[in-house]
Amino acid sequence: MEKKYIAYFSILLVGLLFILRLFYIQVLDSKYTGSPLNNSAVTPKYDYPERGFIYDRNGVLIVANQPSYDVMIVPRDVKPLDTLEFCNLLKIDKKAFLKKYKKARNYSPRIPSVFVAQLSKSDYAYLQEKMYKYKGFYIQKRSLRQYPIKSAANVLGYISEVTTADLKDNINYQQGELIGKNGVEKEYEEALRGVKGVKFIQKDRFNKVIGPYKGGEYDTLSIVGKDVNITIDIKLQKYAEDLMANKRGGIVAIEPATGEILALVSAPTYDPNLLVGRERSKNYNKLDSDSHEKPMFDRSLLAQYPPGSPFKVLNALIGLQEGVITPETHFYCYGGFRYGRSSKAFMACHCGVHGAPIKLDMGIYRSCNSYFANTYKKIIEKYPTATEGMKVWSNHVKSFGLGDFLHNDLSTGRRGVVPDEKLYDRYYPTFKWGASTTISNAIGQGEILTTPIQLANMTAAIANKGYYFTPHIIKKIDNKPIQIDKFITPNKTSIDKEHFTPVIEGMYNTVEKGTARWSRVEGIEICGKTGTAENPHGQDHSIFIAFAPKDNPKIAIAVFVENGYWGSRWAGPMASLMIEKYIRGDVSRPREEKRMFEGSLREEYDKQLLTEQLEKEIKEKLKKELEEKAE
Amino acid sequence: MRKRQNNIFAGVDWVLVLFFIVLVFLGWINIYAASVTDTSQSVFDSTTLYGKQLRWIGLSGVLIVIIISIDAKFYERFAGVFYVISMLSLAGLFLFGNTINGATSWYNFGGVSLQPSEFAKVATILALANFLNEPNRDLSNFKTQIRAFLILSIPAVLIALQPDPGSGIIYFTLFFVMYREGLPGIYLGIGFMLMILFLSTLYFGFITALIIIIALLTLMILYLININKFQLNREWPKVIVLFLIVGLFMFSVDYIFNNVFGQRHRDRFSIVLGKEVDPRGIGYNTNQSMITIGSGGLTGKGFLEGDRTQGNFVPEQHTDYIFSTVGEEWGFIGTSAVIIIFIAFILRIIRVAERQKLKFSRVFGYSIATIFFFHFMINVGMVIGLVPTIGIPLPFFSYGGSSLWGFTILLFIFIRLDADRTYEW
Repeated sequence: MEKKYIAYFSILLVGLLFILRLFYIQVLDSKYTGSPLNNSAVTPKYDYPERGFIYDRNGVLIVANQPSYDVMIVPRDVKPLDTLEFCNLLKIDKKAFLKKYKKARNYSPRIPSVFVAQLSKSDYAYLQEKMYKYKGFYIQKRSLRQYPIKSAANVLGYISEVTTADLKDNINYQQGELIGKNGVEKEYEEALRGVKGVKFIQKDRFNKVIGPYKGGEYDTLSIVGKDVNITIDIKLQKYAEDLMANKRGGIVAIEPATGEILALVSAPTYDPNLLVGRERSKNYNKLDSDSHEKPMFDRSLLAQYPPGSPFKVLNALIGLQEGVITPETHFYCYGGFRYGRSSKAFMACHCGVHGAPIKLDMGIYRSCNSYFANTYKKIIEKYPTATEGMKVWSNHVKSFGLGDFLHNDLSTGRRGVVPDEKLYDRYYPTFKWGASTTISNAIGQGEILTTPIQLANMTAAIANKGYYFTPHIIKKIDNKPIQIDKFITPNKTSIDKEHFTPVIEGMYNTVEKGTARWSRVEGIEICGKTGTAENPHGQDHSIFIAFAPKDNPKIAIAVFVENGYWGSRWAGPMASLMIEKYIRGDVSRPREEKRMFEGSLREEYDKQLLTEQLEKEIKEKLKKELEEKAE
Repeated sequence: MRKRQNNIFAGVDWVLVLFFIVLVFLGWINIYAASVTDTSQSVFDSTTLYGKQLRWIGLSGVLIVIIISIDAKFYERFAGVFYVISMLSLAGLFLFGNTINGATSWYNFGGVSLQPSEFAKVATILALANFLNEPNRDLSNFKTQIRAFLILSIPAVLIALQPDPGSGIIYFTLFFVMYREGLPGIYLGIGFMLMILFLSTLYFGFITALIIIIALLTLMILYLININKFQLNREWPKVIVLFLIVGLFMFSVDYIFNNVFGQRHRDRFSIVLGKEVDPRGIGYNTNQSMITIGSGGLTGKGFLEGDRTQGNFVPEQHTDYIFSTVGEEWGFIGTSAVIIIFIAFILRIIRVAERQKLKFSRVFGYSIATIFFFHFMINVGMVIGLVPTIGIPLPFFSYGGSSLWGFTILLFIFIRLDADRTYEW
């Protein structure tokens, strides 16, 4: 009968269709198949090792861990409870309890969420005993960073949850894990982190654990993070930060013989403990959005300032190397240097040596602009064209590590600017430029920009008489001294050793009887150079570079104080106080120290802010008026 | 007349019995895998689901012996009585019923839950077979059609109101049996047409679907005019009526879908029609079950090695989603084997039905083939994401005493009827 065959046919058709569909799901489509470890029924549970501690160069503990206790909730498992008692234990009120419960429930009834984060130790001890009464709640221990010394926030960096971007380039992390975000925490993340252990756990669809997967055959143990010693002298660092209170700028101190960074100060800074714990994100946003103080901006590595007069030392060295001057060469200064015929083409000088011959030594310690303008002109004009001269000059400057990243182990940095012939060709495509056009280079103004660490490194190279070690922050990992090739190979400058002696003599005299004589320290031979750099924002920057002792130097230092009027007003005394503190351990000039601690440039900064705002308002007003007129 | 007094199993179709044993055995193995938590526990432990199922299976053995020993004529004689009792038991649910998962479908007898809708299938099929067995029943007669329709509709409506629309729909599949017994094909044709209109309205939306359908109808009419089978100037009222009915039907589908259906039901359709992807919400079950089946691959993970099954990732895995356990632990080889067994089983029933001399037995056979087939098709189709989520069990596989007993009774009454096929009653 015909109808019978229709029935047979339809039934077979359905069977065939199902088999084809199953073949597709089970064999062809890889969406549904895969490794058992990727299976959502098997969840890896990670065991996070304790993060390594960070010590300073002398073994002082700077970063430790503190246990923290979160009360977790699985809303589905919550049974009726004595809310009053529970609220008292957690120190919240009933309204907050209900709110938190609702929030957790809305997020997911099955997946645990944090109910109360980061209990204090004493609250935890109390609560722990009674926890058995509260079904659906449990306590999870976490490890947080702790900073016994409120210092070096910019050096240490911080840890925070990985972002999606981090996850993209690093397969070792999972959502919700912590990663070093800046500074040492970022740079030495791998050592500090340790190796997380993993247990594969068989779960049911409610995320409830049933037992280990395959009896734990894929499980691994965790390895504790390694401790790290950094080159910072935390006492010196903290001291420098205190000196910089209420001022802005950066200080970098380096041990010339090794390139180890002794202090890396950015002001204003912040208490690293702010980026830990309950208030973390609130504090972070506050710090990050402060566009005037910029506490998260590491001025010691990122701020690019004109170096000012300390740069003259470099021009002296280049002059000597190129043979255009000798220590005996002298120039005259009549209150400035005329480099062109127009009345504007005049660089004023405040050295105060009117009409007497100025030799190299005096040129440095009186910081004579005319002397170095002459020297610079001679260097550039030694060669047939300004282009060639500029090329030679620029290469000498760059050999001191200026104008480029230092390729060190700090998480951030800037290139700075060292002008060269290409730059000027771009600036003046049609104009025939020369020494006079670029005369500002003689005194460290104009196009040149350096970061504090670059200038400190330059000072170290001078202290070493011709070479430097790449400045770095790591000293030991897991108590083993670190020997990284690029940190123990000296970088030679292009200046011969013998030319340094007269220049260092000049720097020594700067402190003994020159522009920095107020920074003299009895018994320590300090060589330094003051700087006062013009800038478009407000008062001149106060700059000082120094190293000490003169023979066998222990410390090289560069100080920038933004809008600090002139070099010997802030930067000089700070550098000398730090040198004294570092070499002797205490300070013989408490009055000077007090002046630094208490001195504030806030008024100046507020004025700048006001000016900026006024300028903005005026601009807007003008714009409006113009628009109105146009209408 | 009676020759089989000594041996009640004489004439029994052992092929069907073998199918039954294989299916029940495979079903239980998978229920065990889906519900076991501790393999050291006894399989007879009645606190476990597999222990309970084993008890139901054992009791169904007793049931089989009883069914087989009763005279075939008994089922025909008392079909009407069974039907009335059964309908009363369905109606009684509204007074004494026990609500599980939102449906008032159970009676509770001292810890044992019985689902009368599973037994109502037996009664309804018996009643239908009995009704059609009367001489001079002509399904082309409108009155007969109405009466047959009523026999199916009463249990279907009562069950749909529990509410358990999935189990209710099953009764309408018996239209196929009536078609076999002489119901004009036009009914199936209309049903099929309405289904297409229904689905296309949901899929394309009311306006678009209406335009498409009217365009198709117009093309068809133009074609008929072209070959001179149709004269528009005489028969235009028919065309207008047709267009009106189609438009009205589609509009009401649209209206009912959006205003009468719950969001839950709308979602079920939307997911199968591929209009929405929502693996976390309503599609969760289907998505989980497909991942579970897919994770089995070609050969499966092996018995009791299905980690997703052990993790209870698929809700209701031991009942409606039991097929996903087969998929995970036995792979494509296992699933295709089960499908082949089911298809062969149903084809065997039809073959046995075809050899019946009595209309009663034949209708009964066709009816159970239809019922088994649609349970199989809807259940497996749902588990592999081809059919909207309709909660009905997979015969002999799914956990549950009532459904096992219901299907067992259906099958063995038929085996009894078949065993007596050679006798004049």
